[in-house]
Amino acid sequence: MTQTTAPAPPAAVLSQRFAQRAQRYLTRAAVILILAASGYWLISSFVDNPVLFTSSAVAGLQNGALFALIALGYTLVYGIIELINFAHGDLFMLSTMVAGFFITSFFGVTVSGASFLGWVMFLAALVGCMVFGASVNVAIEFVAYRRLRKAPKLAPLITAVGMSFTLLFFGLFFGGSAPTSNWASLLPQGALDLGGVRVEYKFFVIIAVAVPILLLMSWIVTQTRTGKAMRAVAQDQDAARLMGINVNRIISFTFGLGGALAGVAGIMYQQVIGTTRYDLGFQFGLIAFTAAVLGGIGNLTGAVLGGVLIGLVKGLNDGVGLGQAWSQTVVFTILILFMVFRPTGLLGQTVGEKV
Amino acid sequence: MTVSDIATVTQAPKQRRSFVKPSMRWPLGLLVAAVAFFLFYYFDTYFARAVPDQFSDFMHQWLPLLSVNEALVYVMCAVGLNVVVGYAGLLDLGFVAFWAIGGYTAGWLMSGFFHTLNFRFFGSAFTKVNEIPGIHINFWTVLVAAGLICALFGVIIGAPTLRLRSDYLALVTLGFGEITYEVFYNGNNVFGKNISNGTQGITPVDSVRFFGFDQTGALTWKDLGPFDALPKFVIFVGLAAIVMFASMRIREGRLGRAWLAIREDELAASSMGVPLMPTKLKAYAIGAVAGGIGGVAFAIHVSGVLPDRFRFDISITLLAMVVLGGMGNVWGVTIGALVLAWTNSTALPQVQKAITESGADVEVGTTLVVVGVALAVLGVVLMIRGVSGGLLPVFIGVLVVVIGGALLYKGPGTSFQFLVFGSVLVLMMLFRREGLIPEARTRLVLREQERTDAEGLGADMEDVAPELEALTDEAIHVGGVAPTQMIDGKETKR
Repeated sequence: MTQTTAPAPPAAVLSQRFAQRAQRYLTRAAVILILAASGYWLISSFVDNPVLFTSSAVAGLQNGALFALIALGYTLVYGIIELINFAHGDLFMLSTMVAGFFITSFFGVTVSGASFLGWVMFLAALVGCMVFGASVNVAIEFVAYRRLRKAPKLAPLITAVGMSFTLLFFGLFFGGSAPTSNWASLLPQGALDLGGVRVEYKFFVIIAVAVPILLLMSWIVTQTRTGKAMRAVAQDQDAARLMGINVNRIISFTFGLGGALAGVAGIMYQQVIGTTRYDLGFQFGLIAFTAAVLGGIGNLTGAVLGGVLIGLVKGLNDGVGLGQAWSQTVVFTILILFMVFRPTGLLGQTVGEKV
Repeated sequence: MTVSDIATVTQAPKQRRSFVKPSMRWPLGLLVAAVAFFLFYYFDTYFARAVPDQFSDFMHQWLPLLSVNEALVYVMCAVGLNVVVGYAGLLDLGFVAFWAIGGYTAGWLMSGFFHTLNFRFFGSAFTKVNEIPGIHINFWTVLVAAGLICALFGVIIGAPTLRLRSDYLALVTLGFGEITYEVFYNGNNVFGKNISNGTQGITPVDSVRFFGFDQTGALTWKDLGPFDALPKFVIFVGLAAIVMFASMRIREGRLGRAWLAIREDELAASSMGVPLMPTKLKAYAIGAVAGGIGGVAFAIHVSGVLPDRFRFDISITLLAMVVLGGMGNVWGVTIGALVLAWTNSTALPQVQKAITESGADVEVGTTLVVVGVALAVLGVVLMIRGVSGGLLPVFIGVLVVVIGGALLYKGPGTSFQFLVFGSVLVLMMLFRREGLIPEARTRLVLREQERTDAEGLGADMEDVAPELEALTDEAIHVGGVAPTQMIDGKETKR
């Protein structure tokens, strides 16, 4: 009884270890299987109909640029105050409506087509949408989220859902329940024919607008003083405050940045796709959040990468996969698979829940 | 020693003489309301002369039987969601999925949908006499089946996702809700199979065999047709009562206490030996059972299942009901569900009709917009000045602007439900996080501030201080020992 020997691990521990190892291998096998199956499907559908495949991919990339812009708004806010801002997608939806208002009602454009004046108006509307998105997002943060920053986690989440519903109402109120589609576009109309694959000129405009804005974003966050302060606040609010950073202002700024990106996405969507509806924000918001998770939440490069990837997946699914009716299912399945198997995303680092 | 402990000690001498035990007030009150409502509609339908016309018109306009029946379905689902959100503290934004699964279970097992099969089990007499093919199973059996299937789905959905962080969980459940909706919506062709008739839905669903009334109002045993709303009311009241009773009893038991522990502090609960995953899974499964029962009841209520009813906005509506009434308190959730469902189905359309009929127009609308903007600006100024009550004027102002705008707008019929539910969620979280009819325990937990920064240290004491003070006064009165240190903390702050 008094003698102590080196004890062999009890059977329960051994079986637990075995179970863990088995689970790890099973997970790995499942991931490899899924990847192999989707790879096979991609190659086979490309061989089947290369033209359709490529044009679906182009359409997907076009959406992907928009998803990236929206996902950045999610990831910025999540990175800094750990809140899923459910209202962000609806902000995007409102921006599409505001863009339509600017161009159709304010500038009185009725005929689609590009011109020099058109470009000027487009840029003016772009700036208008950015200001709109930024101010609404800042206002939401000021009115609602700021007071709940120290509250239990459930409270800001529920508030975000409520804000999303409130914005949804404004979309319904001003846009009606039917899709709005009688809007003129200021972008060049035709399309380029690349060996059977139609690439619309609008596609290049989207890329030409999105890429500089993304570069600008990355410059702001990595190079400027404000960006440094943002990263500091994201890391530790108290320490940042002690270092003399005005935390409230930085958080407001972050919301403004995210809102401006939603504004850009809004006007691009309105100009390129041409229709909008009050529940657009819910769909796009969820898909964009999936993109943010896919890339690793809180990671800016990841959000862009995730946006493009999700755009491609959605485009390919709509074109050569299960079809548009199932696109949400496909995207959310990816979301759930990622959440379960790799919650850190493709580029993210491990983050435990703060206790 | 927490405040609730003190409360239990000090409550004893406070008792007033009363005919009804405090614990029985809610159930008795609701029961009396239900019986009165039943009696009114019984006499109104079968002995119309016994009821004054004006009263009858008023009730038909403002409290129609069908909308109350629908509200009762919402009660069942909201109480189920309360198990997940209120008890276990897991935010589920896709609860409508269980409602849908329950509904489609009723659609599959109680209709001619599977027309190649021919199976009967104490089903409705009509399908038996007319030999309609399909599966026709007795309503009560289907209730049990739907509960079991939903519990199974709750486990299937929960098992991979419940390990996630709380905010990820909210998102994944939202995704699951949308997937379920899309599966049923596109269900006429799932890999070549028809599982739900797609957008057309499954109609009609068999009628229930239950006590009903014939033309003279006498009690009979019959198939309840689409117009027998009164017997359905009785069934729904019974089902809602069962769901409420069960969820309250479970809350009192070991499982319920484990849920509350997890809700309040997951880490502490797990180190005290509460198994996290199984407990959370049980919350999901049990919540789902209530959702399934609600689904079957709803299929009976509208005599069919249509996928359009299962959009995400219903999930948020349910959440608003739980939040409005008070997370964790079944009575609160019940009242919240009744009030919001009634607002949605009756009050909003009626108010809209009244506005249109009154001919209130440009002048009123403009005045409202101006007043609203002024209020909002005032609120913003107050907030910038640092006055804490500035938020309320902003919200009221925005609301007034919107109503004024609606009068000016006169466009296509706009639905205000999104605004109502959205602002219920936001306002409750900002001003009264514990709900209108709070549970003492939830109140304290939700008012508790996370003490991460130096500013937050004293703040939470201030919130609880008036209660503490009241309790301590009583404690002194009774002769107990006052928690002096807490009071001191407050005193020095003054």
